Amino acid sequence: MDEVLRILTFRAGHNTAVVLLGTTLLGVAAGVVGTFAVLRKRALMSDALSHATFPGIGIAFIVATALGGQGRSLPVLLAGAAASGVLGVLAVQAIVRHSRLREDASIGAVLSVFFGAGVVLMSYIQNMATGSEGGLHHFIYGQTAAMSRTDAWLLGLLAAGAIAAAALLVKEFALVAFDEGFAAVQGWPVSLLDLLMMALVVLVVVIGLQAVGIILVVAMLIVPPAAARFWTERVGVMVVISGVLGGLSGYLGSAASAALPRLPAGAVIVLTAGSLFLASLLLTPRRGVLAAAARRIRLRASIAREHLLRRMYEASEGRGEPAVDLADLNGAGRWAGPMGRLLVAWLTARGLLVRRGERLALTEEGLTEAAAVTRRHRLWEEFLVTYADVASSHVHRAADMVEHVLSEPMLRELEDALRRRGRLPENGRTPPASPHPLGPAAPGKEQA
Amino acid sequence: MAQGTDQFGLFLRLDLPAMLTATLAAVSCGLLGNFLLLRRQSLMGDAISHAVLPGLVAGFLLSGERSTGAMFLGAAAAGVVTAVLIELVRRLGRVEPGAAMGVVFSVLFALGVVLIRFADAGNIDLDPDCVLNGQLEGVFWPPPPGEDAGLLSPASLAMLPRELVTLLGVTLVTVLFIAGLFKELRIASFDPALASALGFNASLLHYVLMVFVAGAVVASFEAVGSILVIAMLICPAATARLLTDRLSTQIWISAVAALAAGVMGYILAAFGPGWLGAGGSLSAAGMIAVVSGAMLAGAIVAAPRHGVIARALHRRRTVLTIAEEDLLALLYRASEANAPGTVGEEQARTAIGDGWAAKRAIGRLHRAGLIERRDGSLRATDRGRERARSMVRTHRLWESYLVREVGLRADHVHGSAEHLEHVTDRRMKDALAREAPLLDPHRRPIPPASSE
Repeated sequence: MDEVLRILTFRAGHNTAVVLLGTTLLGVAAGVVGTFAVLRKRALMSDALSHATFPGIGIAFIVATALGGQGRSLPVLLAGAAASGVLGVLAVQAIVRHSRLREDASIGAVLSVFFGAGVVLMSYIQNMATGSEGGLHHFIYGQTAAMSRTDAWLLGLLAAGAIAAAALLVKEFALVAFDEGFAAVQGWPVSLLDLLMMALVVLVVVIGLQAVGIILVVAMLIVPPAAARFWTERVGVMVVISGVLGGLSGYLGSAASAALPRLPAGAVIVLTAGSLFLASLLLTPRRGVLAAAARRIRLRASIAREHLLRRMYEASEGRGEPAVDLADLNGAGRWAGPMGRLLVAWLTARGLLVRRGERLALTEEGLTEAAAVTRRHRLWEEFLVTYADVASSHVHRAADMVEHVLSEPMLRELEDALRRRGRLPENGRTPPASPHPLGPAAPGKEQA
Repeated sequence: MAQGTDQFGLFLRLDLPAMLTATLAAVSCGLLGNFLLLRRQSLMGDAISHAVLPGLVAGFLLSGERSTGAMFLGAAAAGVVTAVLIELVRRLGRVEPGAAMGVVFSVLFALGVVLIRFADAGNIDLDPDCVLNGQLEGVFWPPPPGEDAGLLSPASLAMLPRELVTLLGVTLVTVLFIAGLFKELRIASFDPALASALGFNASLLHYVLMVFVAGAVVASFEAVGSILVIAMLICPAATARLLTDRLSTQIWISAVAALAAGVMGYILAAFGPGWLGAGGSLSAAGMIAVVSGAMLAGAIVAAPRHGVIARALHRRRTVLTIAEEDLLALLYRASEANAPGTVGEEQARTAIGDGWAAKRAIGRLHRAGLIERRDGSLRATDRGRERARSMVRTHRLWESYLVREVGLRADHVHGSAEHLEHVTDRRMKDALAREAPLLDPHRRPIPPASSE
């Protein structure tokens, strides 16, 4: 635990601290840049891009070695990676434009074929007389621990540049992502902005190769923005949240892998991002799954409550004795189970119902509430009979659904409309008469 | 002679099983890829082949051994879980499908990579690198321990590499699946709503397809790696899609393309360096992916109808035809206006758009005897005028139609008629000619259909 804390507070040796800082910056850069890639619907294009960097790394190594240079020099390899990554993206775009294949097939074809070429090159490098492939295959899964101090500074600098560029161009990128045509009409250089956006993605991918590797770097670009999407509907906020989530993933993930050296850092970073995504999916206040479930439960509870109140009102309507037996209610089966008992207990606790021995009665407050509910129901029924020409025996079900969502202004409009037709008594808040018989369980409630 | 037999023996024991394994993997994936391609879910193959990793490892961890059955079940479950999760994230997250896919498969893959380390650090078989590249060199057919058993004796057949046998089974089942449910798969791929209306469950079929993809991925991955799997799920089907418009033909072509890629890729990887005088061999899985990519590139460029070349040629021919038709019509109108009906060559070329098409149109019409060239000016021959008459007739029929029926102004119809006259077939022309007046809106006569 101490160890983890020391790593997290940058006190576990200079090297670890630098790596931690590097991956955090990478996370922020990827989160920020990835937001635009996701909004521009180019998420998987970056997957193609990152896979397509592989042959470039091999070729850069072969060429540098043949020229007598140091094959495993990071800038040379990354330059090769960037070049072939861009080539891959251009290939995808060319295939989409010049053939009948769709974008998904083009992305998949380019991704796998380029990566296959990279694998072939790696096997060739292994056969080369000069011997070792110099750990090139570490680019596949990334190897954070192998990051030298200079590497980390180089990557950190690039990441900072990417963040700065994205921060400067938030508005323009958002415009292009949401409404390309409008941006073009307004005179923005759409293809130039697209190019810039892609350059930033290339930059992030190339930086990420070292830390999380070819296969997983795409996760850094996609997962934080997708998580951030749950938190907000505003682009500016989404960029910030995505950057924070990405930075957190890089920071926590690389700290975890420093504490547990057996775990590959790239995968741990991505899993951290994945957990943050899962947390966002479940817990966000407005769009989270739990919040949505809670909303649904609340809605169903309120519907059940209104149904019970209305049935109670109908059963006691026009009788002196307001207490009824649940089993006598119209549609009694609905309240027979445990959920029904729960509902009754809830309404009793809220002071809307009272128990009178075996029977239930509406309290004063409950009566007012029930009258309001019944009124909404019957107003809508009347409206359907009067204006929509629905037979009075058919309106009940339709009204059953609408009564729960009628707002005050709509109610007032209904009242006015029905009054004009003379279908509504003028006596304030009491419900009008039901346009249809109320069923066998409520005897004597036949309306004229 | 003896050495020849030895070499053949070596090929039979080492190269043939590996080549067959790779080829079977290619064919089973290539066949399934057709339906992914049609449903625009090619990347589902990509996603699943990444996401089966945790399923494999979980199967391995739960069964405690490297049993094919458990790992297969784990991976198939992972395939379905992936498809379901992607759908869930897409709906709940309201991000584009691509991003939903990327989130799910990359996180699952990372989970797999971490699980592998937990499974057993020393277990060399379950190495993340091997998941990508496969271990084709580990596929060979050792002779049985007893001496002199025939090649096809039970003892000898029992030594066949496990990967090969598994893939043989998977390929057979895949073929049966596609052959047996071809009609259903076709409808579900092209029109899921119709499929549901016809009373079978298209989304169930979708998940069954995903199980098959996961199965093919698992059976293939240990031998050839997931990269080859992705390439094979996409490239052969895409190649075939460019070569034909019929689904059944497309499936056959994709099978052949996968087969060819497997055989050629393997041979290139195993023997290519030798031919070039270098030693060693290259990654066969990578090479097969490259070959299938080359085939796809070839199809994109050179496919008979949908290729880049074919379409460029078609465009050129259309441009040339239009230039010729315009030139003949121009000369016809000139002969209406003045008796000799000559137009300066320079002027004529400019009028039909200049460029290579104008030049070639003049040359071709001249050679065909439809126009005469004299003193730098052009004139239609009788045959040329006859040919042009129908063109001008169409043009003026359109003009009068556009004025009469569409209500355009007479000075606005020439441009539209100029476009329409090149794409009007006989039946359309007959319809236009009904109730057509004798004069066009510019008060010039509409020529009769034939000279009589």
